[in-house]
Amino acid sequence: MTTQTMIEVKNLVKRFGSKYAVDDLSFSVGKSEIVGFLGPNGAGKSTTMNMITGYLSSTSGTVEICGVDILDDPMGAKRMIGYLPEQPPLYPDMTIREYLNFVYDLKGCTLNRKKHLEEICQVVKIFDDYKRGRLIKNLSKGYKQRVGIAEALVGNPQIIILDEPTIGLDPKEIIEIRSLIRALGENHTVILSTHILSEVQAVCSRILIINSGKLVADEKIENAVNLLGTNRRLDARICGVQRDVLRVLRSVPEITYADLIGEREGDSYLYSIESSAGVDIRKSLFNTLAENNMPLIGLSEQNTSLEDIFISLVDKKYSAKESKAARPRYEIKTDTPEYQTKEDED
Amino acid sequence: MLAIFKREMKSYFTSPIGYVFIAMFLAVNAFLFSNMTYVGRMTTDVGGYFNFIIFVFIVIAPMLTMKLFSEERRTRTEQLLLTSPVSLFGMVFGKFLAAFTMFGGTFIAGNIVNFAILYGYSTPNTAVILSNSLGVLLIGAAFIAIGVFVSALTENQMVAAVGTMAIVLFMLFIQIVNSYIDSYAVRVVLSWISVFSRFANFGYGIIDLAALLYYLSICFVFLFLTVRLYEKRRWS
Repeated sequence: MTTQTMIEVKNLVKRFGSKYAVDDLSFSVGKSEIVGFLGPNGAGKSTTMNMITGYLSSTSGTVEICGVDILDDPMGAKRMIGYLPEQPPLYPDMTIREYLNFVYDLKGCTLNRKKHLEEICQVVKIFDDYKRGRLIKNLSKGYKQRVGIAEALVGNPQIIILDEPTIGLDPKEIIEIRSLIRALGENHTVILSTHILSEVQAVCSRILIINSGKLVADEKIENAVNLLGTNRRLDARICGVQRDVLRVLRSVPEITYADLIGEREGDSYLYSIESSAGVDIRKSLFNTLAENNMPLIGLSEQNTSLEDIFISLVDKKYSAKESKAARPRYEIKTDTPEYQTKEDED
Repeated sequence: MLAIFKREMKSYFTSPIGYVFIAMFLAVNAFLFSNMTYVGRMTTDVGGYFNFIIFVFIVIAPMLTMKLFSEERRTRTEQLLLTSPVSLFGMVFGKFLAAFTMFGGTFIAGNIVNFAILYGYSTPNTAVILSNSLGVLLIGAAFIAIGVFVSALTENQMVAAVGTMAIVLFMLFIQIVNSYIDSYAVRVVLSWISVFSRFANFGYGIIDLAALLYYLSICFVFLFLTVRLYEKRRWS
């Protein structure tokens, strides 16, 4: 094993009764990676994180943190991890200062206490509340989440594990927390779980998709689109008579599908064009249209979103019998609030 | 462990429970003491007082221990403790120690005043006072350990409190029930469990090693069971 491997998960299995929550999961995470841990609700994300952090034990398989097995030397391994569980573990009757001091003691930190805690509070932007001595129970959901993240950062652990860190936050806070996570990724290894796909696109350098306790994909984010075996889609605005344009488009061999989407603008219409995977038809499309005197006045690539990848992967892995029962899970797509996709565009 | 101890001590005083406990315990303790000795009976014999003070555990053991683990489980804060570099025993012992310090500290502080007054009147038997105090502290430790265990069994503070109360009641009144039982074998077993029968020797100013071990064993066994409970939860 190289020294760069921070987390090594091998054949991890967790069984609750006869139900496999995590089923033979293996992956490793290197230094300074931000890994997005993705999956529908109930896929086993939190269970896996709980096993990595030593809250639960695995039924079989091993978890190694920087080469230290979490079950052999739990104290040593836990010292290297900062963990924000799904529900931030906050004591409502403590002030932020008391709470962070408690965490500091609990983790047995040796850093300069005052300086370290103040730094953390500045990073997660709770410094004012820290100074004012506000009680945790009086904080808003977003601020509680920040205090939770601050808790994970205490002791400057090399590995930070965040379980759904942006859940329940307002759009502005989500953007702030995401940029915070990106910044953390520069000198920490970060794993974050989410079922909000645009979040992974926005922050992560690598994506692990898990479904029914099994790993279904493990890709660098820029390669993630390749996971999708389906076609590339273009939206083209072309001047000319609809029927003629469609005839020309469909005569191009690389184009597998072409149809009118509508939206007349002057004498042009919008068409949707698909080509087989891995083929760039833009040049030949332009040339063919030019030959036929049909000006191409607009062309935009329809990026396959992570949603598409996700659904196709999760869908593929279900057996015919299971997929019927599991179908409601895909409502995840509609779950994603509008603003999250907006943020990604800028 | 120290961090958990400190937090628990603080949390007793961020809610009224710590103040209520101290006020109530000091008042009851002083009342019992004065009534059994210099006010009520004009005596320096403290045996009566020590026999009665044990019954306050019915209230104070649940009061001090009910929220120790149940609350952590309900608010999911135990996830922080269990993923921090703290051993399970450290976590359990830290909490136990906090509850015990609350009881022991109040008990000792209150009795320093009580006995100072008693010594002001005459010269009581110091050995009896010390051995009795040790006995009460040991019984307290045992009952608090039981409370810690019961608290770890449930998410509900009230359930924990009632459960602890029931066990403490049972262990205290077993002696009284015992005298109505005909079967010798059952009597022997029950008096073995009984906390009171072991206390007798302390009353004479003797530090009974067997009793000392008995109380410490109860304490240890229930703390150990709490640790095992958490381990079991982790594996299931």
